[in-house]
Amino acid sequence: MNLFHAEDPLLQVHNVTRYYGDRIGCSEVSFDLWPGEVLAIVGESGSGKTTLLNCLSTRLAPTAGAIEYRMRDGAMRNLYQLTEAERRLLMRTDWGFVHQNAADGLRMNVSAGANVGERLMAVGARHYGNIRSTADDWLGRVEIDNERIDDDPRSFSGGMRQRLQIARNLVTQPRLVFMDEPTGGLDVSVQARLLDLLRRLVADLGLSVVIVTHDLAVARLLSHRIMVMRHGNVIEAGLTDQVLDDPREPYTQLLVSSILQV
Amino acid sequence: MTDTAQIPDSVHEQGEYNFAYLDEQTKRMIRRAILKGIAIPGYQVPFASREMPMPYGWGTGGVQVTAAILGKSDCLKMIDQGSDDTTNAVSLRGFFEKTAGVRTTCETAEATIIQTRHRIPEKTLREDQILVFQVPIPEPLRYLEPRETETRKMHALEDYGLMHVKLYEDIAKNGHIATTYAYPVKVNDRYVMDPSPTPKFDNPKIDRMAALQLYGAGREKRIYAIPPYTKVKSLDFEDYPFEIQQFDKPCGLCGAENVYLDEVILDDKGGRMFVCSDSDYCEERRADGHLGPMAADPAAARVGNTKTGETVR
Ligand SMILES: Nc1ncnc2c1ncn2[C@@H]1O[C@H](COP(=O)(O)OP(=O)(O)O)[C@@H](O)[C@H]1O
Ligand SMILES: [Mg+2]
Ligand SMILES: [Zn+2]
Repeated sequence: MNLFHAEDPLLQVHNVTRYYGDRIGCSEVSFDLWPGEVLAIVGESGSGKTTLLNCLSTRLAPTAGAIEYRMRDGAMRNLYQLTEAERRLLMRTDWGFVHQNAADGLRMNVSAGANVGERLMAVGARHYGNIRSTADDWLGRVEIDNERIDDDPRSFSGGMRQRLQIARNLVTQPRLVFMDEPTGGLDVSVQARLLDLLRRLVADLGLSVVIVTHDLAVARLLSHRIMVMRHGNVIEAGLTDQVLDDPREPYTQLLVSSILQV
Repeated sequence: MTDTAQIPDSVHEQGEYNFAYLDEQTKRMIRRAILKGIAIPGYQVPFASREMPMPYGWGTGGVQVTAAILGKSDCLKMIDQGSDDTTNAVSLRGFFEKTAGVRTTCETAEATIIQTRHRIPEKTLREDQILVFQVPIPEPLRYLEPRETETRKMHALEDYGLMHVKLYEDIAKNGHIATTYAYPVKVNDRYVMDPSPTPKFDNPKIDRMAALQLYGAGREKRIYAIPPYTKVKSLDFEDYPFEIQQFDKPCGLCGAENVYLDEVILDDKGGRMFVCSDSDYCEERRADGHLGPMAADPAAARVGNTKTGETVR
């Protein structure tokens, strides 16, 4: 069972709490994430999943608590004590963030090639031919026709945009990717194809992933471990199959049974 | 172009103006911004831009910078599109003649201060000269990032990947870097700057120029500077290096090569000619006896005598 404990944790989350005024976003969340591990955060709408994900990814400062991350040099750093320059570098090299709405994660007014190449240029790539061939390669890996490399994502379907967003994030070979409802808003058949692709990429690249979803089928397909949230609290956590096959909390049982009815 | 507007005579006739129009306190404020700009080459210094008696787009930023540095013994040259004779250049020259009473000139070598929009003179500038640019849009990152809070952060963190995204796009869509004006540069290995709206042909002149360069953007309330002999590099890719425009013919009137040429319409039958955009440079060469291939053509000679703004862009 100690599949990931052979190494040191990649991310350590200590009592992360976020208030919006006096309203609770998420409360006292603690967990460790291990290299190569996929963690799903599930729960109903409004349960605090996005708030927690944004706190973890330094997009939203927690009201209390601490988050530590193992940098590429092996040192554990408190994320909210990084300089702005360090934080930006981390976000565009070692991390990825896949938004539910692809337009939030893409530059809609530049070509697919430039979207994929942007991170490379941000970290100093200055050879057009190399940038372009890397972009070309990544478009292939996310099953986008290479003919479309000079087209703007505005002309792409929802599924293609989402795949482009994934390519744009993975081009720097990040170790940790955050995803917020990456299959939300897509047709069922498009969802299935995207999930397949995600599963393959995550396994091939050995990515660590924190994925937020309200869809337990997505969690079951992609994740090793699961955290169930309700009213901002984590009410149950464990290996995905165990939690979904044998939920202990009545609320989780309710969630699981409601998908069985679908 | 807003060249049809005129500076109202009332401005000149209201009498008691301070030397060069601006009051001394305002000049000091602008000079402080200029000094800060010189200390941080390429950095955009915010300043409290004043209302000037002319519309934005006329070079109110450049006019304020010139007014702040002008002394009684200075000799001023005003250029617009390379020419001293457009309405804009004539009006701004007249403005300083009336409000400061300084000497003015069309000759590059004679001027101590040259205010320009679009062009840098062909003649190499000297240490005892200052070049003042009128800038419409000072922010090179704006094209891809409209948020001012974000562009400031990008400058602070030297986070300039986006500039190359723009150049990448240019090559992807055109096969080469198609940007010809306002071509972005990196100043002193630190700040990315927009030398707008000069043609990229003039970018090499900006690099290690002996003269001090001051850039003023009136509407956007920014001043920036390049001190003498500062390294200025035009952004590019290793496999798509920066190149200036090439002209395959010399100037039709004076025969000059390796200068920036404007295409001029000669008649309504489609007759055209390429001539120096720097009219002072062209005149001086002709006075020295240089003749271009079109010099004998009567229509072309007329252009040489009164080089109007009838250029093709
Ligand atoms: N920007 C905000 N301002 C105020 N309250 C917010 C804000 N964002 C989220 N909340 C509240 O925090 C709680 C958790 O929201 P959220 O993290 O978006 O949940 P989920 O992603 O699970 O749907 C909800 O009660 C929500 O109304
Ligand atoms: Mg959410
Ligand atoms: Zn000429």
